[in-house]
Amino acid sequence: MTDHARAVGGPLFTGFFRLLALIFGISLLMLAWRFASGIGATSGLSDGYPWGIWIAFDVVTGTALACGGYAVALLCYVFNKGKYHPLVRPAILTSALGYSLAGFAISVDVGRYWGLWKIPVKVNHWNLNSALLEVALCVMAYIVVLWIELSPAFMEKWKEGPDGVLKSLSEIGHPLLNKVLIWIIALGLLLPTMHQSSLGSVMLLAHQKLHALWYSPFLPLMFLVSCLGMGYAVVVFESTLSSRAFGTARETGMLASLSGAMVPILAIFICIRFADVIFRGQLSTALSFGRYSLLFWCEILLFLVPMIMLASKARRASVTVQFNASLLMIGAGILYRFDTYLVAFSPGPGWTYFPSLPEVMITLGILSLEIMLYVFIVKRYPILSGGPTAVSE
Amino acid sequence: MSMDRRDMLKGLATGGALAALAPGVAQARERKELPDGALGMLYDATLCIGCKTCVTACHEANELGPATQDSFGQGLYDAPDRLSSDTKNIIQLFQEDDEQSFVKRQCMHCIDPGCVSACMIGALQKREGGIVTYEIDKCVGCRYCQIACPFNIPKFEWETPTPKIVKCELCNHLIAQGQIPACCDVCPRGAVIFGKTAELLVEAKRRLEESPDKYVPKVYGEHDGGGTQVLYLAGVDFGKLGLPALGEQSSPALSETVQHGIYQGFVAPVVLYAALGAVLWRNRKNLSDEEDTP
Ligand code: SF4
Ligand code: SF4
Ligand code: SF4
Repeated sequence: MTDHARAVGGPLFTGFFRLLALIFGISLLMLAWRFASGIGATSGLSDGYPWGIWIAFDVVTGTALACGGYAVALLCYVFNKGKYHPLVRPAILTSALGYSLAGFAISVDVGRYWGLWKIPVKVNHWNLNSALLEVALCVMAYIVVLWIELSPAFMEKWKEGPDGVLKSLSEIGHPLLNKVLIWIIALGLLLPTMHQSSLGSVMLLAHQKLHALWYSPFLPLMFLVSCLGMGYAVVVFESTLSSRAFGTARETGMLASLSGAMVPILAIFICIRFADVIFRGQLSTALSFGRYSLLFWCEILLFLVPMIMLASKARRASVTVQFNASLLMIGAGILYRFDTYLVAFSPGPGWTYFPSLPEVMITLGILSLEIMLYVFIVKRYPILSGGPTAVSE
Repeated sequence: MSMDRRDMLKGLATGGALAALAPGVAQARERKELPDGALGMLYDATLCIGCKTCVTACHEANELGPATQDSFGQGLYDAPDRLSSDTKNIIQLFQEDDEQSFVKRQCMHCIDPGCVSACMIGALQKREGGIVTYEIDKCVGCRYCQIACPFNIPKFEWETPTPKIVKCELCNHLIAQGQIPACCDVCPRGAVIFGKTAELLVEAKRRLEESPDKYVPKVYGEHDGGGTQVLYLAGVDFGKLGLPALGEQSSPALSETVQHGIYQGFVAPVVLYAALGAVLWRNRKNLSDEEDTP
């Protein structure tokens, strides 16, 4: 494991990249429409369902999927597993992109986006009771932290590049950054701990509107635990795909032990989930086999199956098992968040929500932009390590 | 190469501040009381004849313009059927078998409002007289207030690129001029009256005592959802009128308990940050890119 991270190189405008660009282009038109005509015309949102997929997917799920950087940093720096170091950079990149684009999605979703700057600035107006304030501030700060954490990848390249502002900036910046790195990384661990749990707290205020199987005082803890599982799963998922796409060597052994880290997390989540349902006297609801109880069991299965798949050391050495388990884990986290924010949320009779086409297109566009940026950055900057430079796409 | 479980647990203990996530540990936030001089309304559904004068008067007083109703085509003016960004006050009819009742809906001016607890930047606040008011300049349009209001009161202007939140503010602009809310001013039956909430509650209880056969034996809002400054009397079950069974605890009472339990006045994050810094320092060999562990 002596390989250093390097740019994988290769042509940028592959067929896949063009497809993504097309989707992004369409979403730009939809965005123009949304900003010209308002949210009502372009979305399925209503006074009963004021939050839809822009919040439930792009922000709540998107940031959790972007917890790879958090989850791997935790393992590498806090649990002292230096061997995971090669996974840190790609994970931080995915996180930086995921969070930045979640931030972008927020400015699409809020009605009065031109006032957003006031949130970090107008300290005297802060309502410290609001979990959403906590989320907003931490997410903003974390986006900055993530790009700082990632900046060595850019500075390494610029240092080698032609003389100029970027070069001299990097020559001064890099050593400076190394001095304060500990505190930046510590922030990068603290902020997600705070806001991922707060994303759970947000729905505490929706008490009466949230189905009893999801409303729980332990929402913050369950959101925190599940985001770690999602973070590891995304790292496994992403490493597998990038090794395919860019022909870099896959760190299968390392990913096996990383997958192993998911097992206790999944177990903890399932235990809390059940303990909570039993403790609140909702077990009979869970066993009633209505629509909601079915959803509840789907979630449990999605958490349980990858745990069983990964429990044996022999089995998790297999690339297929790792990949499939990570997919299930990602699905579990997505479903849990969608249920809490949308499906199990009911404002009362007479209201329905289904995302509109522009809403879906904007979400897909944001996702495409994220993948395009990822591909661009790993091809041009030293992010991935291991293996030879890609020969083709 | 398997994960060392002991290391894992040790690390978890380091993040000990996480334990504060258990809400049981935290002290429950104290219950909010009716503020001094709290103003409100008493709506008596048994007196209301559904004339909707109050709806029109509300539109005029708040310069909301008449609401047209699409289902009747053009022409039929000012016949909204629900609250919306151009209707802050509505009369609805409940009818089932031989039971029938009107119900008036508007902001309840909760004693411990979900919307106020939700709003990150204080655009919604309880001000003079406990009236929950809105400041457009602060609002970012996040709509968390809509999620948090148990009565589904705040409405959003969906059809404009420059939207705002709209909700009843108890005609506080009229109160400031020594007048009373428009709906209470025009009601020909005295079905909705304005006053100090404490006094309205006495009046409501007097009515309950005087004609117990007429009413469901309860003043809705006395305790519901932590109590509201707008009170209701009715002859049919409140649930049927769309007033939800909320229990006596407000939702902020719990969410703020959890939130404060986790943050403990921001001590917990600071402690956690210091702890993380210390652990990272101990493991600092992992920080460098150059030096990979074998
Ligand atoms: S009824 Fe809704 S909008 Fe009115 S004060 Fe209560 S929570 Fe706020
Ligand atoms: S929409 Fe406006 S008033 Fe409502 S919670 Fe958000 S910032 Fe506050
Ligand atoms: S004006 Fe009075 S009687 Fe007429 S609908 Fe309104 S509350 Fe009822």
